[in-house]
Amino acid sequence: MSFAIDYQNIFTRIQVRGPDDTGPPIESQIYKRGTSIFHNYWLGKIGDAQIGPIYLGWYGSASLLFGIIAFEIIGLNMWASVNWDPVQFVRQLFWLALEPPAPKYGLSIPPLAEGGWWLLTGFFLTLSMILWWIRTYRRARALGMGTHVAWAFAAAIWLFLVLGFIRPLLMGSWSEGVPFGIFPHLDWTAAFSIRYGNLFYNPFHALSITFLYGSALLFAMHGATILAVSRYGGEREIEQIVDRGTASERAALFWRWTMGFNATMESIHRWAWWFAVLTPLTGGIGILLTGTVVDNWYLWAVKHDFAPGYPSLPYTPAIDPSTLPGATR
Amino acid sequence: MNSARTCLTALLLGATLFIAGCEAPPPATDQRGYRGQSMGNVANPRTLEAREAANQPPEVQPPGDPTGPRVSTIYQNVKVLGDLSETEFLRVMASMTEWVAPQEASCGYCHNLENMADESKYQYRVARQMLIMTRSLNTTWSSHVGQTGVTCYTCHRGQPQPQYTFKQDSGPMGAGGTTASRQGQNVAGRLVGLTSLPTDPFTELLAYTGQIRAVSTTVLPAGNTRTIQDTERTYGLMIHMSEGLGVNCTFCHNSNNFGSWSSSPPQRATAYHGIRMVRDININHIAPLLPIQPPERLGPEGDNAKVFCTTCHQQQPKPMNGAPMLEHYPELGAVRPAP
Repeated sequence: MSFAIDYQNIFTRIQVRGPDDTGPPIESQIYKRGTSIFHNYWLGKIGDAQIGPIYLGWYGSASLLFGIIAFEIIGLNMWASVNWDPVQFVRQLFWLALEPPAPKYGLSIPPLAEGGWWLLTGFFLTLSMILWWIRTYRRARALGMGTHVAWAFAAAIWLFLVLGFIRPLLMGSWSEGVPFGIFPHLDWTAAFSIRYGNLFYNPFHALSITFLYGSALLFAMHGATILAVSRYGGEREIEQIVDRGTASERAALFWRWTMGFNATMESIHRWAWWFAVLTPLTGGIGILLTGTVVDNWYLWAVKHDFAPGYPSLPYTPAIDPSTLPGATR
Repeated sequence: MNSARTCLTALLLGATLFIAGCEAPPPATDQRGYRGQSMGNVANPRTLEAREAANQPPEVQPPGDPTGPRVSTIYQNVKVLGDLSETEFLRVMASMTEWVAPQEASCGYCHNLENMADESKYQYRVARQMLIMTRSLNTTWSSHVGQTGVTCYTCHRGQPQPQYTFKQDSGPMGAGGTTASRQGQNVAGRLVGLTSLPTDPFTELLAYTGQIRAVSTTVLPAGNTRTIQDTERTYGLMIHMSEGLGVNCTFCHNSNNFGSWSSSPPQRATAYHGIRMVRDININHIAPLLPIQPPERLGPEGDNAKVFCTTCHQQQPKPMNGAPMLEHYPELGAVRPAP
């Protein structure tokens, strides 16, 4: 078929260059949107070739500033931890971290070298994210949009705050917080799971994974569906809101054929939004309950028939030697 | 277009062949527990064969004649092996040379050849303590070494210093001052599987008697104050044990709840005694040698080399494939009455 591949997909193949789009005017605001607009061919390959106008504003500027401060505190302390050796800094970058205070400090303010920098980083990073959250809320309002992006972002901030602030507060020690570092935060995760009897048996962890994998599945289904009908203009959803064309009908029919049910052009985005938002929301609940309410998730799961016990072992289980008389402790 | 895409695909697929850490087949899985719990021990038969070949026990010397007068009545200054016959004693001495210092100055590695009873060489005094230790291990630690027992060779393998030991090591120095401390972790730890876990979990847990257990044994919080940092240190030690013995976690644990004894394979109890045995070695036999050892034997933080699991095991569940040691060298076991 002659129209098979090269021409039909306007979304990815052809960069439309019209007059610069400056967006709707902003009324009654001191800070105006920037006026600088330029085009980038390569960014046009993966999105819109037009860059700008960017609105930074007071919240955006402050957020970036505090974010950079947090980033610098982490990075410079990592570098200092290898005695300012540039080679070791690059080689060990994934291993380096900024550690929370040691358990002995509890919720007190430790010296800078003993976790003070970690607290400062958490403060600046939290400030930065909350300011960025306000920005996403206000920019959406300024455009007359709903605030769905802001609330989705808030779900991620919830998980971040549970891990680094709320749960440590409830546990009475900053040392329960997560280190800032690539491998160290993964080691933290593994140790956290082991200490509290296996996080896989935490039902909120299970829910979070369900929504995480569900998000990936929905993303794949939706992305694939729209790409598959983009040859009929299926990616132009704006137009289809008022005039559903053959692409949308085909997409809907495809899913009714294959699984008997189809989401609508609107509901598929609700599906995606809720799955994405529920991932950190349920995950945060699971983290919050760990150590505060439940101390061993495996034993909890067996007790509440959430997981089976495994009574018949092919070996005679070990007996804890420390419980035997005369044992070396 | 199509050929470019084909090339790219081939390149990507080809690149996957060079992924570091991949292991050529065939790894084999040995199911060790109830189904559905991932209680499998995964090992590559070729790796196991190579380790078996690299861990052969030494040739056994012909047994000595136990009769005759005791060496304590023949030689001067024999404090540990005085209950042996002369042929037994000389056999042990010759074997020790083979086990510990074959490339060195032979008997002269420990002895003043002008006067064999002279204690002036520090090696002599270290060797005496090591003989006390070996007899102690073979008599009081059968909970770990069983009837297999140990000789000098179990650790030394023909070298004056055992190849695998640890010294106190906080890792490379940071800039100090007000910059953040690494708190003993967060660099690639050579002895903890190149993770960013604490680089030296051993000093506190094996050279001293720091608490290892971290996992709660109750559903709800009931006073377990073990922290994430404690757990990470234990985790580092466990990685060492896994690597040192060449086994997976599931050799000793059911990973659904690491702390539970009632679902753990019986090997875990052997490992428990092993940990206590290692502490006994380090605290009662090795640490006291520090004052007599020369500076070149000491680590960056001034302590002497301590033993851990790899020192004997060298990547095998049983050192030297479980070859009996004490059976061929009863001289290194309990003190026996003269025949």
